[in-house]
Amino acid sequence: MARTRVYVPRETAAISVGADDIAIAIARHAKRSGDNIELIRNGSWGATWLEPLVEVTVDDKRIAYGNIEADDVPELFTAGFLAGGEHAKRIGPTIDIPYLINQDRWTFWRCGLIDPLSIDDFRAHHGFKALEKALDNGAQTVIDAVKDSGLRGRGGAGFPTGIKWQTVADVQSDQKYIACNADEGDSGTFSDRILMEGDPLGLIESMAIAGFAVGADRGYIYLRSEYPLTHRVLSRAIEVARDNNWLGDDIQGSGFNFDIELHLGAGSYVCGEETAMLESLEGKPGIVRYKPPLPAFEGLFGQPTVVNNVVTLASIANIVNIGSEKYASYGVDRSKGTLAFQLAGNIKRGGLVEKEFGITLREVIEDWGGGTASGRPVKAVQVGGPLGAYLPEEQLDTPLTYEAFIEIGAMLGHGGIVVFDDTADMAQQARFAMEFCAIESCGKCTPCRIGSTRGAEVIDKIVAGENRDENLELLVELCNTMEDASLCAMGGMTPYPVRSVLQHFTEDLPAARSTGT
Amino acid sequence: MTAMAYDKQAASEIIARFDARGEMLVQILHAFIERFAWISEDAIRQLADELNLSRAEVHGVVSYYHDFRTTPPGKRIVKICQAEACQAMGSRELSAHAEKSLGIAMNASDADNTLEPVYCLGNCACSPAVMIDGKTFGRVSPQRFDDIVASSGDAN
Repeated sequence: MARTRVYVPRETAAISVGADDIAIAIARHAKRSGDNIELIRNGSWGATWLEPLVEVTVDDKRIAYGNIEADDVPELFTAGFLAGGEHAKRIGPTIDIPYLINQDRWTFWRCGLIDPLSIDDFRAHHGFKALEKALDNGAQTVIDAVKDSGLRGRGGAGFPTGIKWQTVADVQSDQKYIACNADEGDSGTFSDRILMEGDPLGLIESMAIAGFAVGADRGYIYLRSEYPLTHRVLSRAIEVARDNNWLGDDIQGSGFNFDIELHLGAGSYVCGEETAMLESLEGKPGIVRYKPPLPAFEGLFGQPTVVNNVVTLASIANIVNIGSEKYASYGVDRSKGTLAFQLAGNIKRGGLVEKEFGITLREVIEDWGGGTASGRPVKAVQVGGPLGAYLPEEQLDTPLTYEAFIEIGAMLGHGGIVVFDDTADMAQQARFAMEFCAIESCGKCTPCRIGSTRGAEVIDKIVAGENRDENLELLVELCNTMEDASLCAMGGMTPYPVRSVLQHFTEDLPAARSTGT
Repeated sequence: MTAMAYDKQAASEIIARFDARGEMLVQILHAFIERFAWISEDAIRQLADELNLSRAEVHGVVSYYHDFRTTPPGKRIVKICQAEACQAMGSRELSAHAEKSLGIAMNASDADNTLEPVYCLGNCACSPAVMIDGKTFGRVSPQRFDDIVASSGDAN
């Protein structure tokens, strides 16, 4: 009899709620009961609210069981889960889960599906097809496809990727680099992590394509240290790719050389800013650089460097495979393709939703998220991390596109959506924005370094009712100074959440003095 | 994490593993933390010497990054996420509970524990999140916090 395949994710969120214990319990129980199983540690599908999600292959179909605890394992065996048996926690076929089937799964399609460290499984799911195609078609064809796809940087800045690549390709230099920004520090974001844990070879393939396109033979991944499991998975994936000559010299006899070095960050939020990241990769404090020169001209060790976020890079293989026209047919305006939204905070069904640009925030929060976890009304939604605005209920119908968000003084950033219910104290959240900036500022420019501390103090005074009106005016002025005069987004965008609280959540600030008192 | 006494020979071996390349300093410091749990003055002096950097340069890197502590930690390192997604699910209350339960303030250590804030563990759909000795835990209620602390590490 063939071995029954059982899938238990090796992914941070799933493990954080018990997946390792479940894997051990299933292996032990199967041994005792004499069931012949093959235990596969896949990545996560991103339906995090169902984790730990255990699957069994029955007649070539994967049957899902959700929110499993280690204590459930004996019962699952009794219920005959290896044959897809009925159980209170049985969900049904994975491909029928509405949360998953209603997505536009282009970049994350292998996450959850495959064994992330098996080169055979990867190859069986179009793995390295795009790299082969790129090597056949030539570098400029790849760059043109990236340009035509309309792909923009998914890390937050939204710069057109193809233009960046063309710039680096056109610079004459003996040494160029690909630097993958995996310093996913925004609260409410975990899409880079899900991708690197669920499809690390996909990222490696796309980085190699980038290297081939611009003429770089060396890549770096700068991974945040808060992701120790991701570090283990990526390190192993790089070894697997090297062992199979998909990294290294003369890749698959093509004459193209490319290798990747994995570096760890060390707990600094600013290192997600591209020039601070380059400093850190050079072994220095993560202090932002003046621009120009742009990294495309003088980046890592002074050489031309493509700096792209994980999801930006990982989108490339798919664009090469399906064609830029098809990719660009998704999305609206100048927001082409898909974005991996991440539902987090006080949300009933948190997780990753890859969807074309243009659906509304409300659709994602209600249709996928199912409202708040507490069951209370939504009060505020912070989109785009700690530098993103807090949106009130009235703005939930804003379509999720770069353009629509800029119009309302907000930003999509890396696609993180953090929901707060009506118990949130928004004055406290505004203060936290300043406090966080004070903790994480690299200290190079004054508006960010000093402004953030002064900002937190002024908010304290406002909350205490001390010269309320004068201090509110001062806070607005301070926000303007920080936005206009900071070197990077840290100081430059900290005013976004603060201003949004002043605009939309005045009920959480002390009432204005009535005239004459 | 149990702090091991500083060992010059072991430190040299770590540095050699990175070919004594100055640009690997952040990576070398991680390896030092893994081995010695903290970065001592002796370590800074040796790093400067063997990497051909000034002590000020090494000190600049050590003091810049949150990960490189310069005092010995407790046996168990507990980090509680303080970022927005966890705030939305009660991380402020959880932090207050942790301080009371462990008997130390945030950013403080005793022989058994070090309690630190962390700004995002990337586990935002399972908030609030906690990391104990490098292992991430999600959906952490005060009760679950006490349970996972009790079953982690060598402190009792």
